[in-house]
Amino acid sequence: MAEMKLAPGNGPETGSATALRGSQDSWLRRNRQTLAPLLFLAPGVIFFLFYVIFPILQSFNLSFYRWDGLGDPQFIGMENYRELMDDRAFEVSLWNNLKWLLLYLLAIPAGLFIALFLNQTVTGIRLYKSLFFFPFVISQVVVGLVFSWFYDPTFGLLNQVLGWVGLGPLNVLGDPTLVTYGIIAAGLWPQTAYCMILYLTGLNAVDPEQVEAARLDGAKGAKMLWYVIIPQLRPATFVAFVVTIIGALRSFDLISIMTNGGPFGSSRVLSFYMFEKALSEYGFRMGYGAAIAVVLFLIMLCFIAYFLWSMYQDDKGGR
Amino acid sequence: MFPKPIQNSSRAWQTTYQALVPAALVMWLLPLIAVAIFSIKPEADFTTGNYWGVPSSFEGFSNYGRVFFGSDMPRYLLNSVLITVPTVIGAVALSCMTGFALGVYKFRGNLLLFFMFVAGNFVPFQILMVPVRDLTLDMGLYNTKTGLVLFHIAFQTGFCTLFMRNFIRALPFELIEAARVEGVAEWRIFWFVVLPLMKPAIAALSVLIFTFIWNDYFWAVVLTQGAESQPVTAGITSFNAQYRAAYHLMSAGSIVAALPPVAMFFLMQRHFIAGLTLGAVK
Repeated sequence: MAEMKLAPGNGPETGSATALRGSQDSWLRRNRQTLAPLLFLAPGVIFFLFYVIFPILQSFNLSFYRWDGLGDPQFIGMENYRELMDDRAFEVSLWNNLKWLLLYLLAIPAGLFIALFLNQTVTGIRLYKSLFFFPFVISQVVVGLVFSWFYDPTFGLLNQVLGWVGLGPLNVLGDPTLVTYGIIAAGLWPQTAYCMILYLTGLNAVDPEQVEAARLDGAKGAKMLWYVIIPQLRPATFVAFVVTIIGALRSFDLISIMTNGGPFGSSRVLSFYMFEKALSEYGFRMGYGAAIAVVLFLIMLCFIAYFLWSMYQDDKGGR
Repeated sequence: MFPKPIQNSSRAWQTTYQALVPAALVMWLLPLIAVAIFSIKPEADFTTGNYWGVPSSFEGFSNYGRVFFGSDMPRYLLNSVLITVPTVIGAVALSCMTGFALGVYKFRGNLLLFFMFVAGNFVPFQILMVPVRDLTLDMGLYNTKTGLVLFHIAFQTGFCTLFMRNFIRALPFELIEAARVEGVAEWRIFWFVVLPLMKPAIAALSVLIFTFIWNDYFWAVVLTQGAESQPVTAGITSFNAQYRAAYHLMSAGSIVAALPPVAMFFLMQRHFIAGLTLGAVK
């Protein structure tokens, strides 16, 4: 940015000053391709290192300590991880995370289905599309509230409907075997909307000539979808996969709002259990919480590595 | 076009389709419609067990009136605005610069830095929780809006950089080269050549970040505590504790809390979707 002030040749100068400025100027000029990106990057990178990258390393370090957040941390080596191995609650959370990961992926086919349903040009379809997208815009806190009323055993809409077909009242959020599925269903609602919008955009870009050609060859329905359309939707599917996996592993808001981990801790996932251990009324076990977070991070790292690798493959083709 | 355009199929199926779409929409939004109905019911309906019947009277004005004038809700809404708007400005400003640097210049470590931003953006929040909370406490910013804003800016810079860098890479590079040949200073190229072309990306990112931050709950709980600094997502839980079992008020409160991002979405729909679906089309 300093380059402008040092623009040469404005006004009379004494000989030596001109020479000095000249050399400074050419140094800047020679290195402007190095300096400019450095200056542009500095604020963002510093911020990001400070608030994101260093804390990750600190968490790794902290997971080897016992610390209540106030006194001096005490180094205990692998003790936290050893404790995790025998921790029933940790095991439950890990299993629930797995359920989240697998079932959350249903948002992708569900989103594709709705997108195919809505990919028409009739009057008012634009408005319908945005109304279908609605749940994604609402905060998960509100989604959680809405669904906990939907499931409510005394007045919830779900039990009203079940009552009409003669099925007994179901306390979804009070039943340890059902609760995680109930919360995942609530999470699928906005996530499906997101996948839908990705696929609607993808369908828009499908090459009409290929579709026509395939149609002339007699392809239609499921075959057309599988062999012609879905391959062309690959980029949309990739993005949908990335955001869905991240969403599944980040699930916290819904659990916190709908059940607070209950009943009897049966709806906890790692992200929630970590929060509970580190910051709740059960005491401040920062080191143990950090160890849980590290496990979650390592699970995520497998996916992050895959995402980055795919992006790298893509990027090699670019400029 | 796939599936087959409806105009090419039988009259009967066309009519069915046109009836099916609104029916499906009502099913899809049923939980929300229920809350909207709850929010205009009088309290008496809940005590007499008239949950799903027609409201016995329209109490929309008094319910929403109590949310706005009888609770901390306006305070929480204001906090949300004061947290969201600076974050949007900060994150977009920082990422315009990082995106420009990573998208335009060739230097060693370019891709590495870019991947650092991308990877950081995918990280589970929990691994940052304890250190960031500690950091915020040390800086004396715990339970302040500033503390929340600073962290949000830093974290969102990851996603924004991904977005901006890819957007800038798709711009015609000849423009920048032409400017360089003319001897235009690099910061001028950024300001006068690239930035004007980035307007659509800036708009899309602003709407997206607005929604993300408005809807954030986790960091609001971790970094703030009271009504003086908590945003509306965290506020709604204390609001609900205050009006436990007053479903008409809780519904009205939830709707108020959800409205700003919804309004943003409908006003800026094109940008919003362009932002969300970045990368979904090649």
